[in-house]
Amino acid sequence: MENMEFTINAIYIACVVLFILGLKLLSHPSTARKGNTLSALGMLIAIVATLLDQNIISYQWIIVSIFLGSVIGAAMAKYVEMTKMPEMVSLLNGVGGLASLLVAFAVVISGEEIDTYILVIVLFAIAIGSITFTGSIIAWAKLSGEIPKLVSSAATVFKGQAIINFLIVVSIGLLGTLFVLSPENIDFIIYFSLLCLVLGVMLVLPIGGADMPVVISLLNSYSGLAACAAGFAINNNLLIVAGALVGASGIILTSVMCKAMNRSLSNVLFSGFKAATSSTIEIEGEMTPMVAEDAFFVLEAAQSVLVIPGYGMAVAQAQHAMKELQVLLEENDAEVVYGIHPVAGRMPGHMNVLLAEADVPYELLLEMDEVNARMEGFDIAIVIGANDVVNPAARDMQGSPIYGMPVINADLAKNVFILKRGMSSGFAGVDNPLFFKSNARMIFGDAKDTINTIIRQFSD
Amino acid sequence: MSVIYLSTILILAIFLGFELIRKVPATLHTPLMSGANAISGITLVGALVYAGGEFTVVTKVFACISVMLATINVVGGYLVTDRMLAMFKGK
Repeated sequence: MENMEFTINAIYIACVVLFILGLKLLSHPSTARKGNTLSALGMLIAIVATLLDQNIISYQWIIVSIFLGSVIGAAMAKYVEMTKMPEMVSLLNGVGGLASLLVAFAVVISGEEIDTYILVIVLFAIAIGSITFTGSIIAWAKLSGEIPKLVSSAATVFKGQAIINFLIVVSIGLLGTLFVLSPENIDFIIYFSLLCLVLGVMLVLPIGGADMPVVISLLNSYSGLAACAAGFAINNNLLIVAGALVGASGIILTSVMCKAMNRSLSNVLFSGFKAATSSTIEIEGEMTPMVAEDAFFVLEAAQSVLVIPGYGMAVAQAQHAMKELQVLLEENDAEVVYGIHPVAGRMPGHMNVLLAEADVPYELLLEMDEVNARMEGFDIAIVIGANDVVNPAARDMQGSPIYGMPVINADLAKNVFILKRGMSSGFAGVDNPLFFKSNARMIFGDAKDTINTIIRQFSD
Repeated sequence: MSVIYLSTILILAIFLGFELIRKVPATLHTPLMSGANAISGITLVGALVYAGGEFTVVTKVFACISVMLATINVVGGYLVTDRMLAMFKGK
């Protein structure tokens, strides 16, 4: 019996090593796939080793559960469109939170003798698990727009929200204390869990769609912390280490996203953009529209082209057409690179995955600082479905709601083409002076159609 | 003592996590997140003991649902990460 436990824990060490190596290999695109396989191998070994545990006496329900989970997971992974990755990650965050919540719940109702400190940790696991679960479901609803009647993608704010949230938090604290004092009363823990589930909804509702990269990253972190807390509750090293790695990953991504928007985490979580401040700024100049056919002549003469994608590229599914245009430009002896802002899209790295899907080599996907350093050298910057991340107001208009946010300085390129559906301002509702600059040309219409028109002219 | 021991492991793991993740390039941040989803499915290991042990039916039902959900994370997370990483090609 003790020998077995020793063996299982020894095997867990090997699993931890595999997880760590997996993350280490993720430091370069050429080794990343191997890293993921190592990590998956570690997980497989961990699961098999755990099944050897002699406390496990019946296997039929385990096998059914694992089978069902595998089928659902594999189907999701196989059929999800790359544009829908933010939704998928959001759902997986939620599923992970719910799994930790249920384990913690199983511990409470198992009837085992539980120390007081473990009770506190169990409460912690239930709280994080619940908030992650319902918070992620709301985030998913905002991203997918599947249930617009219930959850709008914009920030949902109502009167007295702060007071209600405060009351919920106080009640959660109260119920938690009552439960620790009398653990035999299951009612307390049930109401505690229900209130935590409500809190998850309340915390994500007031956050607007443009801030989703931060929220997904944060919930990603929570799903790890929930696993971590569950690990403390059942005295399991492997859960603690793996959960901590995930937690750290989510926290780093959250901070990268916040920095890229020049906002603090609390600002993202507790207040939206104030639309009123943007009206005080006068933008001089005129928008100059251009048709796709004229864009061709400028592109044909260009030596170096920078493409700046945004969420609009995903919506228009324009990445494949863009790759086609890239090949034509390269055959025409022009250099083409992509400049990717950290918060372009709806999750960290979203644009990179879409462009990789369209077979754009990863060497061409450059970060903001790299392209800004050589911006004056680009003959043309093509902005596809991006807006706030190229807004020069962030650089030189004090008082603009996005002042201070690091942006890609597309306006400093010799020519700027902006592929845009219509005249509307960006997701954040902030006017963009870039559109009024003398070197900027607006090409209105569906980005994919526009690029295809240019491609046709190249082949004529 | 066990709390101290587990907390030590937690602290070390967090620092290690920060060092590892810091080196992941921005271009791989989406696969990093889905890979993290898969790793957080480690809850499965905890759920298994309660799903197959000598416990009440309610406990086992909760644990079995948890096993299923965590498996979705593990299988879905690793497969979709692999699918994405396979698309990242060099020149």
